[in-house]
Amino acid sequence: MKRKAYLDWAATTPVYPQVIKAMTPFWRENFGNPSSLHRWGEKARKAVDESREKIAALLDVSPLEIIFTGTTTCADNLALQGIAEAKRYQGKILVSAVEHHAVLDVAKALARKGVKVAFVPVNRWGEVKMEFLEKEITRDTFLVSIMMANNEVGTIQPVNKISELIRRKEKELKTRIYFHTDAAAAVGWVEISPPKTGVDLLSLGAHKFGGPKGVGLLYKRQDVVLSPITFGGHHEFGLWPGTEPVPLIVGMAKALELTLREKEETKKRVEKLRDQLIEGMLALKGVTLTGHPQKRLPDIASFIVDGVEGEAMLLSLSDYGIAASSGSACSSGELKPSHVLLAMGIPPEKAHGSIRFSLGRETTEEEIRYVLRVFPKIIERLRGFQRGIKNV
Amino acid sequence: MYSQKLLDHFRHPRNLGKIRNPNAWAQVGNPVCGDVMKIYLKIGKNPQGEETIKEVKFQTLGCAAAIAVSSVLTEMVKGKTLKEALEVKGTDIARQLGGLPPIKFHCSLLGQEALKKAIHQYRKKKDEKNKR
Repeated sequence: MKRKAYLDWAATTPVYPQVIKAMTPFWRENFGNPSSLHRWGEKARKAVDESREKIAALLDVSPLEIIFTGTTTCADNLALQGIAEAKRYQGKILVSAVEHHAVLDVAKALARKGVKVAFVPVNRWGEVKMEFLEKEITRDTFLVSIMMANNEVGTIQPVNKISELIRRKEKELKTRIYFHTDAAAAVGWVEISPPKTGVDLLSLGAHKFGGPKGVGLLYKRQDVVLSPITFGGHHEFGLWPGTEPVPLIVGMAKALELTLREKEETKKRVEKLRDQLIEGMLALKGVTLTGHPQKRLPDIASFIVDGVEGEAMLLSLSDYGIAASSGSACSSGELKPSHVLLAMGIPPEKAHGSIRFSLGRETTEEEIRYVLRVFPKIIERLRGFQRGIKNV
Repeated sequence: MYSQKLLDHFRHPRNLGKIRNPNAWAQVGNPVCGDVMKIYLKIGKNPQGEETIKEVKFQTLGCAAAIAVSSVLTEMVKGKTLKEALEVKGTDIARQLGGLPPIKFHCSLLGQEALKKAIHQYRKKKDEKNKR
């Protein structure tokens, strides 16, 4: 039988068995619509309310500040579009150049509607340039959106420093500037609590931390003015209308509870395995680390492998029963390699050789050892395919 | 995403490597785009006296589709006359691989381009020799 090593936890994670158990009663037993006034509805409403309270307590915010959405992408759309709509598309927003497409593409769409958009450049580690923020946050700026940590290279952004800078600018410029963060990649690894990070809005999605796919949330500080971007009901304070996915919401609350409860222990274990993987990979010829060497998520080990194309690596790894991911053009479904790697100043010919392993709470040392045993063979073989090609 | 046929060519590329004294070779693509293909040809004559591809080898830096395109192309043109080989189109290569995802179609064009370039080079070299 083929060995298996799932090292693509940043793409998605398996659901905790306890989460499945928590969700189970809400498919048949308590299947009611939370908006119904009868007993069925009441039970469903109670489950949604309790989940909201649980999540609010875990994030140290008010339940009134939690809006359930479909995914992180939905939450990002609601945040950026909703605020811009409330501002009648007048003024300026700043987003980092290494955002997920869920933020980047929304910003580009807003630019077409008249919003001024500035893309915050990053250094070679992928950290946003503070001097750019300092300069570009101007009187007409109403929103800054910078991710908590990058999903492709694992670099953790200096979120506290950014919120401090924004608060200072607010005073200097006598204007309110919202700070939104996409925390999808960060949950369970770094502090995300809004009172501790100073953010006004935060998006996350359950499937990245052992919850089900199809549910996410937007934390929105109560004073943030946001217009709805979809219409059709009173649900979620009128900001995300549509019947609540009760089982998924229950599952997300449980998954967040488990993730944060186990956070320190998981982090320690995963970090050790990640370092083992990084050390083994960097011992190979023509392999370099991408992202910040220290200020990085405990679960991400990302590299550039010279002289090999990312997708070819992925397929070869897959033949050995190993799951990974790449930012090469061919694996992104585009013709250009990852915008994150390019923004970090990595030339496209190098970026095509990117590979990302992401670990999770169930990753074992055996899996890491197996990858380290197999990987040299794979790159040796693929490099053999192109020996003789000049200028590569 | 990929057909079994394509994956087979990626896993077991045919005619991989180089020819020591090729009659012609060509390199196309560029590393910035992510795909580079190099093709080597050994050209001889068939019993009818027509110029024929006797041997063909390739080296490719690129994704699975680029590697499979190179591999299947060599299979398709080996033993063909130059005239026949020049008639092989990107769509033929894609069909031979059991289809290509739309975003990968350019890989098949790369194969066609490499072969064309090598044959043109061969003819140019021959013309120059004849002039002398």
